Amino acid sequence: MAADIAAPRPSDGAWRRRLRPIVGFLSVLVILLITWEAVKAIGGERWQVDSLLGTGIAIDWQPPFQFAFATDVKLPHTWVIALEFGAADANGMTTLQRLIGAALFTLRNAAIGFTLGSLLGLGLAILLVHVRLLERSLVPIIVASQTIPIIAIAPLIVIGLKADWFGVAIVATYLTFFPVTIAALRGLRAYDPRALELMRSYAASRGAILRKLRLPASRPYLFTGFRIAAPAAVVGAIVGELPSLIQDGLARQIITGMQYYSLNAAFLWAAIVMSAVLGIGVYVLVVGVESWILRHERRVDAMGA
Amino acid sequence: MGDVATRTVVEIQGVSKIFAASGQGARPVEALVGIDLSVAAGEFISLIGPSGCGKSTLLRIVGDLTAPTSGTVKVNGKPAPQARRDRDYGMVFQAPILFDWRSVQGNVELPLEINGTAKAERARRAAELLALVELSDFAHHYPWQLSGGMQQRAAIARALVLDPAILLMDEPFGALDEMTRERMNMELLKIWDRTQTTVLFVTHSIAEAVFLSTRVVVMSARPGRIAAVVDIDLPRVRTVETRETEAYFHFVTVVREALRGDEGGQQPGSTDARRVAAEGLSG
Amino acid sequence: MTSVAPPAQPGKRRGDGMRVRIRDWGPPVILLTAFLVVWEIFVQAFHVKQFILPGPIAIAVAWQTYLPELLDAAGYTVLEIIGGMIIGATAGIAIGAITARYRSMQDSLMPFAVAASSVPILAFAPLFNNWFGLDNQLSKAMIAAALCFFPVMINTVRGLTNVDPAAVELLRSIAASETQVFRKLRVPNSLPYVFTALRLAATLATIGAVVGEYFAAPRASLGQYIATYSAFLNFERSWAAIVFACAIGIGLYVLVSITEWLAMPWARSKREWS
Repeated sequence: MAADIAAPRPSDGAWRRRLRPIVGFLSVLVILLITWEAVKAIGGERWQVDSLLGTGIAIDWQPPFQFAFATDVKLPHTWVIALEFGAADANGMTTLQRLIGAALFTLRNAAIGFTLGSLLGLGLAILLVHVRLLERSLVPIIVASQTIPIIAIAPLIVIGLKADWFGVAIVATYLTFFPVTIAALRGLRAYDPRALELMRSYAASRGAILRKLRLPASRPYLFTGFRIAAPAAVVGAIVGELPSLIQDGLARQIITGMQYYSLNAAFLWAAIVMSAVLGIGVYVLVVGVESWILRHERRVDAMGA
Repeated sequence: MGDVATRTVVEIQGVSKIFAASGQGARPVEALVGIDLSVAAGEFISLIGPSGCGKSTLLRIVGDLTAPTSGTVKVNGKPAPQARRDRDYGMVFQAPILFDWRSVQGNVELPLEINGTAKAERARRAAELLALVELSDFAHHYPWQLSGGMQQRAAIARALVLDPAILLMDEPFGALDEMTRERMNMELLKIWDRTQTTVLFVTHSIAEAVFLSTRVVVMSARPGRIAAVVDIDLPRVRTVETRETEAYFHFVTVVREALRGDEGGQQPGSTDARRVAAEGLSG
Repeated sequence: MTSVAPPAQPGKRRGDGMRVRIRDWGPPVILLTAFLVVWEIFVQAFHVKQFILPGPIAIAVAWQTYLPELLDAAGYTVLEIIGGMIIGATAGIAIGAITARYRSMQDSLMPFAVAASSVPILAFAPLFNNWFGLDNQLSKAMIAAALCFFPVMINTVRGLTNVDPAAVELLRSIAASETQVFRKLRVPNSLPYVFTALRLAATLATIGAVVGEYFAAPRASLGQYIATYSAFLNFERSWAAIVFACAIGIGLYVLVSITEWLAMPWARSKREWS
């Protein structure tokens, strides 16, 4: 059957295929925003806008219903949130600049943790693959530990380690380490067994087998692990900052937003949007690196049974 | 041969299948061109040919899994889509495709469930077919507990459970080793003998095609068309010994030469094949 | 598929029975115990102050001493966890099933869901508190539900769509309707995927509820307990509470695994110790 069908040329469909998820994502986002405003149009507070985003369009609309959750405090207009990014504070810094600064701080710690955790995870997996006894002891513990709400421990670790950026990085390391180890264990075993026999027939050393066979074969699985670990590191960094006295990260911005919510609801939303952008951003970064490095390979299912 | 009314089960006329060009500069692929074939009730027809000759495509067109670009296919006097809706087909693929979550019996009952048959009748009919393929002892096993050959037997039982007008088989024994394959051929012939189903069988193996069939349709590639139709004039009841008879080897040679015929650029029609057969018999 | 070997003995795994159990569980338990022992020795030998790192014995003592209030707090939190899991998983399966049915929905929703699952949903915790009320369990349950939703939805879609195309063709050849294909092929095929996601959801719901409580919750809740006693540097009490949270998470995980074992009888003889 396959022989009867002409093979499709790769170049044509490739761009369309890569664009589709982005288009899909954006269209859902747009629908979400439209629904947001539609809800406010139906049941929010009175719309009184002198000039919508500076375009000179004035809106004066009284919605027919009153939903409790759609007030301007609980659900600010999307453009109010957008404008908030441009609002400047006493020092002349815009909210956007403040949030980006905070995000970069959090990102830096998350990135350090991610790098450490990945190296540790990969290293441990390599060790476990070669020492079977260790593997039999450690792997069940690692699998069981996935059920532990590790993020819940984050604040403790940060406080215990005198609450500064180092503690946050340790938390991020911890959160990266587990998915990467599990993914690496799967990946280091995912080579074609006949290729291993071939290498053995050349009396290849363990190191050579590792470098030339296991590691290359493990790359798709490693990236599956990275896709999970990268956002987890970011989340861990934010949560780790929460109860600590760290001033520079996104968590502080969120807490500030919480405290001043009744005065300036849009700020909390802006901080949350920035966190969301950070999370999605690192995920997209991993996917991007993955599609470049793995451009010739088949995809591995991220959440297979 | 003349007494029994030979009802035509499958009527293929002028069928062609052209796959559209994809990508820059690619030409459309003529998978099948101008196929004419009639299959009478109770026949065992093998389709054999090199890769790309369209034999699997033809099988799928007969089974209404894909539509021809032109031409007609009638099964039991109905157009193929109608025959499919009436559940006149039983299909067996190269992979058994049994559902992991059902027992062997559950798998065989699946078409009956789709058909809406009552529960008691389903169990009875499934048991009947499992007995036919000699898997009664494994009715409550799961597919992975069976060997490859046994799984295919279960797949055959499933294909026959609705008493189809025609059994379509796409290289069902291709994944098995030679010894198992020969054994499965015997089993299939036994089953065929008991059920008298019409069979359309795609294969790569000349030996298998000749051993099983009443007629062998030899196809050529680029474009896919029928190169020759060889009547296999062996006794209806075939045994292990049949494989060692002179007549058997003769037909294998005929088919092989028909296959080779188009490699040299010739286009042997059915007349050439019959001529070869006649020469062989007299020689 | 190509084996000529006689069929395997039904239902028998290699080394079935007690022997395998000990061999599987032995090494990790030994390692864990060794770890705890080393930890305790380390804390004792170096006189590590409890507000830096309490030893396991100190934590166990705290567990016993404060059990009543821990149980109180855990009782409050566990409702959020279970409620959140139910809400999130139900919504995930429902939306997943609808999405799997329509290809166009898949193309637009799936990338969104995958990206959204990497959003720090916990950042929404303050908002949920605002919407659903600071002091009630619904807000934390909704956080837990939000965390559970995406993995369950994504896996439901994958499970319903990752079927063997040949199996779909087989069903088409006997004129099965779309509904029949869904019920008899896609749904059973999706069960392993859904249960994988549910096990993850157990963990996520626990995290969501506990961390949600870090932001704002009554005192008698696990999250606030942990946060408060950490701020007081009373670490053995916060660790005791964390052990409780872990126990809940593990308990739910085991519950899901048991449900899976019951729901997929065919997998029992096929399953390997992973």
